[in-house]
Amino acid sequence: MAITTTRAAEPGAAITPAARIEHVSKSFAGPSGRQQVLDDITLDVGRGEFVTLLGASGCGKSTLLNLVAGLDRPTSGSIATPGGRPALMFQEHALLPWLTAGRNIELALKLRGVAKSERRAEAERLLDLVRLGGAHRKRVHELSGGMRQRVAMARALAQDSELLLMDEPFAALDAITRDVLHDELTRIWSETGLSVLFVTHNVREAVRLAERVVLLSSRPGRVAREWTVGIDQPRRIEDAAVAELSVEITEELRGEIRRHGQH
Amino acid sequence: MASTDTPAPAKGRAMPDDLAGLEAGLDALDTVQSQRAPLRQVLVGKVLPPVVAVALVLLVWQLLVAAEVTESYKLPPPSAVWDGVREMWLQGTLLDVVWTSVSRGLLGFLLALAIGTPLGLLVARVRFVRAAIGPILSGLQSLPSVAWVPPAVIWLGLNDAMMFTVILLGAVPSIANGLVSGVDQVPPLFLRAGRTMGATGLRGTWHIVMPAALPGYLSGLKQGWAFSWRSLMAAEIIASSPDLGLGLGQLLENGRNNFDMPGVFLAILLILVVGIAIDLLVFSPLERWVLRSRGLLVKG
Repeated sequence: MAITTTRAAEPGAAITPAARIEHVSKSFAGPSGRQQVLDDITLDVGRGEFVTLLGASGCGKSTLLNLVAGLDRPTSGSIATPGGRPALMFQEHALLPWLTAGRNIELALKLRGVAKSERRAEAERLLDLVRLGGAHRKRVHELSGGMRQRVAMARALAQDSELLLMDEPFAALDAITRDVLHDELTRIWSETGLSVLFVTHNVREAVRLAERVVLLSSRPGRVAREWTVGIDQPRRIEDAAVAELSVEITEELRGEIRRHGQH
Repeated sequence: MASTDTPAPAKGRAMPDDLAGLEAGLDALDTVQSQRAPLRQVLVGKVLPPVVAVALVLLVWQLLVAAEVTESYKLPPPSAVWDGVREMWLQGTLLDVVWTSVSRGLLGFLLALAIGTPLGLLVARVRFVRAAIGPILSGLQSLPSVAWVPPAVIWLGLNDAMMFTVILLGAVPSIANGLVSGVDQVPPLFLRAGRTMGATGLRGTWHIVMPAALPGYLSGLKQGWAFSWRSLMAAEIIASSPDLGLGLGQLLENGRNNFDMPGVFLAILLILVVGIAIDLLVFSPLERWVLRSRGLLVKG
């Protein structure tokens, strides 16, 4: 089997990573005193690498993503994204309903400082990239769930960040659409050379997409284990190799969850 | 580096073209079709009911007059009021009177808009300002603006400035409060999405907060217009002076002084019609356009 992970596969192998998370802890004031959500997370996302963060609920994976996105600050530790502010995709499309699909993308371009004369053409190019050429004038509510997430992806790409953060972006989609979007994301990732940090609770999705799967334990979230996925792309979610690794990871995840019921 | 080349797709794997086809199929199946209702349906569903209601009111009115439930100077027949309208129209004074009030009302409303909008934004976005004047602003909404007429007359005298002051005190709190509640209802997701794109501070306010708050803002404007119009009528009724010109409020007050009941009805009718007309011609279309463009107007 050919090794597909030609990019930085090992943590720390790249000279400057797209994201460097060092000893990050985060706690919030809760009803029963301070509650620690993340505990001493150290993780690199190499340039051009695709990493999925996997964990049960309460593992703080979305919190970690928010920290990397700069929407919140860690209690201790440091996060560096040398390529500038990362783009972030949510589970909800978060497109602005008062703008057309194309204008949503153009707003991201505008906020990035792209000249007005170039915005239209660049938005068209990005829509073509997610195979929605001709949808420029469509209103958000006229698009299907899958199309909205593709426009959201185009808008994230419009930020021209080196790092794309994705917070369970396909969790609300039906299985067929999700499958298609996995294919699209893999294609776009390999065409653009983006670095991706993708959060999910779906083991198969994690294995389907990633070069490296990072399992977080819950309450507080710690890095429990990592797997390098050496399966050829394009993969399919029903591939035997994907299933095999998924079984192994699922066992580990179940073990992590079980620990919480033991006291 | 060898494997950066596109690997040959194995059997059963989606080829790029295949994926595009699949995606096009999904898009076609899932796309929501929205269309406008045909004209006939609008006429039957939206126009006919209010016409029937007005016709019924006129009918009952006429019946009450015919049954002589009270003296005729207290309850003139609809035809007498209609004659009054015709007479004013033939004299050429009808539009003048209406315009005197409408121009005042609209100008006052625009002033209220210019003051209420930044004020609402400040209250919504600056915590200290909100704590300081937020409750006062909401409280002012329940104060009938006619209460401002006596102090305004004492401060400013019987002139247009007094009228505008009363309009402003009535409409500014409505507009500001509408904007505040509009801003409060902006989904936090939009703010987060904006922040990740770099829309923070004033840019965030302009590109994300204001457009997201537009529906609430518009209903504030609608209420603001209603308050402007009411305040103005109160001011015109109480403070009539030859220098102020003849507006609808003075028309009503003159009717009372002359014991001219058809004239009183006529003035009330005109005040009502103008208020409804501005709402129907300006605010309702604006509101519908905003909601429709966001997919929030679901056809029943």
